[in-house]
Amino acid sequence: MSEWEPSAGIEELRARAALFTQIRAFLSSRGVLEVDTPLLGRFAITDPNIELFEVATPDGTRFLQSSPEYAMKRLLASGSGDIFQLGKVFRSAEYGRRHNPEFVMLEWYRIDWTHYQLIREVAELLAGTLRLRTWQIWSLEALVDHFCQINLHDATELELKAAAVNAGVDVVGNLGKLDYLDLLMTHVVEPGIATWGLVFIVDFLEQQAALSRVIERCGNPVAARFEAYVYGVELANGYWEESDPDVLARRFEADNYLRSTRGQAIREIDDRLINASRAGVPDCAGVAVGFDRLLMLAQGRSELSQVMPFSWPLA
Amino acid sequence: MPNFSTNEFKPGLKVMLDNEPCSILENEYVKPGKGQAFNRVKMRNLRSGRVLEKTFKSGDSLEGADVLDIDLEYSYTDGEFWYFMDPNTFEQHSADKAAVTDAEKWLKEQEKFEVTLFNGAPLTVTPPNFIELEIIETDPGLKGDTAQGGSKPATLSTGAIVRVPLFLSKGEVIRVDTRSGEYVSRASKA
Repeated sequence: MSEWEPSAGIEELRARAALFTQIRAFLSSRGVLEVDTPLLGRFAITDPNIELFEVATPDGTRFLQSSPEYAMKRLLASGSGDIFQLGKVFRSAEYGRRHNPEFVMLEWYRIDWTHYQLIREVAELLAGTLRLRTWQIWSLEALVDHFCQINLHDATELELKAAAVNAGVDVVGNLGKLDYLDLLMTHVVEPGIATWGLVFIVDFLEQQAALSRVIERCGNPVAARFEAYVYGVELANGYWEESDPDVLARRFEADNYLRSTRGQAIREIDDRLINASRAGVPDCAGVAVGFDRLLMLAQGRSELSQVMPFSWPLA
Repeated sequence: MPNFSTNEFKPGLKVMLDNEPCSILENEYVKPGKGQAFNRVKMRNLRSGRVLEKTFKSGDSLEGADVLDIDLEYSYTDGEFWYFMDPNTFEQHSADKAAVTDAEKWLKEQEKFEVTLFNGAPLTVTPPNFIELEIIETDPGLKGDTAQGGSKPATLSTGAIVRVPLFLSKGEVIRVDTRSGEYVSRASKA
């Protein structure tokens, strides 16, 4: 096979350019300011499930950013107002039909909004792009109960494992509770909602909060997060942002503890983000959308490579 | 043997799973944006031929399997083992019933068979797709009946029984598809 040719056709590349324009027009017309924060950052995310590219520079190791989140929050703290970024992000270990280590992320923040207000705006963008008329919101608990017949909040590791086995998933080795939940999501729930159109999932487990705030729902603490799925493909991930610097620092330390137990490198905590939070990141909601996946769905394609000029193997 | 990580699970890679040698058929990477990544892997158990679908945490690894496919010439059987010879080194390998299984009825002396060696011992024996064998027993041929219509069982020199056209008779050599066990044509000449 000739390796000089693009992985996407010219039609897809035109659609790609049009979608860049469309997204910028959508957000600009709503008063959201475009920013472009650095791709090579001094600090990096602590999330144990995200692997990064490290780059040697004359000023020490820098990290290709897996999301513009931390830098954008520093802008928010400085009084930028609503902002968006549409640009490349990097995750070193992620490659497959729907993953590419280098991809385009759309991320934006709305000041004084909750995640429910942001869900509405995300729905307007996605519904317009994908020509969908309706959308629905499910709590993670209801969705897992619907497909796996288990109560997520009470379920033990063993019950989650049993649900996976019942669904015909044969996993090698033992996993923790959150990992079994991820397994049920990717192997059971995602295929289950593949015909559902646009679905927002809300009320994640407290342990899945990442940088979202934790709120109470029906007596259970839940993460004020949402994820958007279209035809079973995860497209967006949003938070009602946690702005308490001490809470954030504790979560980063917990991430690092988990990293150490898994034999992963410890990530230096981004004190610039912590200090920005101390100075005051305004109350806001933020969301990240996988641009290439959105384009893939809009073009009726099943693999990211079909809508990228040069996918990972050809890059 | 070296270990292979899930991102090295390319089709054709041979690995050990539960002490059984397996060959990777497909490997799909799945991952929630925030969460554990998995690899959904289809693999064939090389001993049983059964296809398994397993999920691994990404980054987990399996030991490579010492599996080698080589072409060996069938020599003879003593009833317990079937003996094959490497035509280059003259090294002899003995395969048991579990390795030979269905290939037994196609074992023709001096014919080359693909033998899969696991830790140096035959694990499976695969006949060539087409093999030429002599008919040693069948009903008498019907002269002139070379068109279509009708078939009859014929026993071949290796013991295989295949259905052949009526016009063929004992002593003739035919070409057989070993995958379907069906007659293909008369062989040019034995």
